[in-house]
Amino acid sequence: MDQGFFLLFAAASVITALTVVLARNPVHSALALMACFLPISGIFVLLEAPFLAVIQIFVYVGAIMVLFLFVIMMIDVREAVFQRFLPGGNLPALVLLVLLGGEMLVLVLSSDRFSVTEPVATRTAGDIRQLSTTLFADYLLPFEVASVILLAALVGAIVLARKEPK
Amino acid sequence: MVPLWWQIVLGAVLFVIGAAGVLLRRNILVVLMSLELLLNSVNINFIAFGRYYDDLRGQIFAIFVIAITAAEVAIALGILVALVRNKSTLKVDDVTLMKG
Repeated sequence: MDQGFFLLFAAASVITALTVVLARNPVHSALALMACFLPISGIFVLLEAPFLAVIQIFVYVGAIMVLFLFVIMMIDVREAVFQRFLPGGNLPALVLLVLLGGEMLVLVLSSDRFSVTEPVATRTAGDIRQLSTTLFADYLLPFEVASVILLAALVGAIVLARKEPK
Repeated sequence: MVPLWWQIVLGAVLFVIGAAGVLLRRNILVVLMSLELLLNSVNINFIAFGRYYDDLRGQIFAIFVIAITAAEVAIALGILVALVRNKSTLKVDDVTLMKG
């Protein structure tokens, strides 16, 4: 049951990810990216991380994709649509990608450390209370730093996108 | 149950697809979206390892990655709007201001 759902979500996310990279129209890429995040959040649910799944949908599908579509509508993408995209145009990058992917697959598949099927221990898995205690006790400083970074990004985005006063 | 290496292989495949988008596409918008794909594949690995070794730090770091991604996208799209306003191009090869 779990394996079937995982294969379904994995196939959907890989196909939509390929669509993101291969689509010529950036609007199609953005919509495919949104369709890619939904099965990934389903995989998070399978991994007993329901909080992360909800955060994934809220932040990525709700906020980041709206930003992307906003900017795509603000700027003119007609030139990019008519431009041909050839995947073989950049040979060194292609060779690098094949090496990278082959290396990762060979290393993962040849190692026996990744063959565990059951979790080593299921004491705290999926426990949101435990998660929030860890986040706000042990990782309070990084949490606050992240909020400061978000504030800086907010102000910076406004300053960058503002028209120059002439 | 799902074996751990399935999740790792899924993360690796998504990472390679995202890296292909960053390296091969010449459209800045698609490059940014491919960056999102890269960060998501890393998140899958974090959460998978966190679950199989019963460590909540995987989920914590995935939360931080998502927060930093939101900040990064806001800044990058702000830069993109300013760039299009000044140079009216979306191709990465045309933006060579720092080349000297």
